[in-house]
Amino acid sequence: MTKVFKGRPVIAGKLESCEAVVTKNGMNTLASFQKSVLEGKKDVICSDQNNPDLYNKKINDVALCLPQSIGSTTGGMVLYTASALNVAPKAMLFPHTIDSLAAAGVILADVWTDNSIVTVDNLGDEFLDYVKDGMKITIDTDGTVTVES
Amino acid sequence: MEYKMQLTQEEIDILNGSKGETMAKVIKSLILYGDAFGATRFVPVSGKGHIVTSFGISILHPVFSLMDELINAGLKVDAGFTADPKPVDHANVKSNFLEKFIFDKKLYGLQAKYEGQLEKLGLESRDSFSCTCYMDEMGNIPEKGQILSWAESSAVVYANSVIGARCNRNSGIIELFGSILGKVPEFDLLTDEGRKAKWIIEVKTKELPEAQVLGSAIGMKVMEDVPFIKGLDRFLGTELDNKTKAYLKDMGAATASNGAVGLYHVENLTPEAVEQGTDIINADAKVYVIDEAELERVKNNYPNIWKKPDAKKPSVCFIGCPHLSFEQLCDWTDKFEKELNKQGKKKVKLNTIMTAAPAVLERFKKEKKDLYEKLTSFGIHLSYICPLMYMSNPLCKIKPVITNSNKLRTYTTARYFTDAEIATIAVKGGLE
Repeated sequence: MTKVFKGRPVIAGKLESCEAVVTKNGMNTLASFQKSVLEGKKDVICSDQNNPDLYNKKINDVALCLPQSIGSTTGGMVLYTASALNVAPKAMLFPHTIDSLAAAGVILADVWTDNSIVTVDNLGDEFLDYVKDGMKITIDTDGTVTVES
Repeated sequence: MEYKMQLTQEEIDILNGSKGETMAKVIKSLILYGDAFGATRFVPVSGKGHIVTSFGISILHPVFSLMDELINAGLKVDAGFTADPKPVDHANVKSNFLEKFIFDKKLYGLQAKYEGQLEKLGLESRDSFSCTCYMDEMGNIPEKGQILSWAESSAVVYANSVIGARCNRNSGIIELFGSILGKVPEFDLLTDEGRKAKWIIEVKTKELPEAQVLGSAIGMKVMEDVPFIKGLDRFLGTELDNKTKAYLKDMGAATASNGAVGLYHVENLTPEAVEQGTDIINADAKVYVIDEAELERVKNNYPNIWKKPDAKKPSVCFIGCPHLSFEQLCDWTDKFEKELNKQGKKKVKLNTIMTAAPAVLERFKKEKKDLYEKLTSFGIHLSYICPLMYMSNPLCKIKPVITNSNKLRTYTTARYFTDAEIATIAVKGGLE
């Protein structure tokens, strides 16, 4: 079964059949990436113990579906660093307008590294209600997001 | 590529490379940032900068490469800037041999190089490291209405709320770009509309609430929205004296870290609330009532994520995140003296570290020599360190740390206790 959502491309791009990882809570970027990035791991395993939806899950090379990022204003810099080190999510998908820290991160990654994080916001509340871990996400440059269960 | 922001000819020229390829990427980043939030134009930055990235963590080498690119392109912040606190202070914060080795060689091996980069980019001085850059002693004090390009959530919320300056909740690096360009995209908290309150907070407690718990409750409820707080003037009065400013500093830091608040108004107290009264509240504002029971509920829900949750003997106590003011250092000396007398002791049993800006510590040592000597005779250490950065590593996060900072609690494994509880535990050396 597939369901299609239309949002606004913040960082436009195409992505085929990428695994969704979903949090209903705000993602604390620093707390989530800190441990794996500090230890120079090839995969980022979320280290934010305050986020039960993401804790201990792999959050790089996935389509991260989240309400917003929260926490330290180093957040954007952390996403940029993860992107430069090739351990960022492939996509970030938001039901409402992206927050300023996540926006900074995906923009810095886009302008200053060779790896973009495809980003779509304003997908609507239904998107975050519908999407579940492991579903396959396909994204088109116009902000169309297709979710396959 | 098409942009939605309306650019001046000068801005278009910069984007097209008139000031070099690196500056073109700086302005492109800021245009994309503005476009994401519906900004229609750039507005000039009129204060000094403040950046959040103060630590030379080796693994963040992409950030240091970016800094090199900026320096090699001859870019810098003409107005100067301050930065968040440094992550280590071996002289005042004890580390064992292994910790020292890990800090100096592994984690913060690039600290000296990074500080050198910051100086080249326009850092005001080698003592310009504090999250409370707006303290009189630090000298990066914006004026009401000034547009800023700052990061550091606690500084941004203070500048917006207590001073009435205008700054968005920017991320690290973006804030430096705005200061280099001397302009930021105009949206959200830079606009009159964005500064209107979407929440009314009714404080109905019988006494002045603990600042850090009140801020936590507000932040968790309103997240990134602007709250208008009623009922605090019953306790704080209507004058922004240093004691009140310190309270608002701590409350604001908790709203910003437990939620994502960038601006709050306090009825009859903060500048825009005084000027505009309840006109600054949106007609459809939601209401959140806070009483003693609500504060207790919030506090009781903080998770205990110590490696050994039932440990009774903490190893470190941090007081001062955000950094303490001069008056708070004096107050804490008094609090500890009373608690030591109460428990019949001469020194605290717990390794207790109080943190403040370098210039605040200097002033305390010079102007309150008696209190400084008293505090150090209690066994309490004073440092300019950032407790959050100190704890953000695998070695320190396994330690049972206590703090009166809701920000430190949120980002680390530290457990929160009120000011009164902290003093008792630090003197006693344990939780029982």
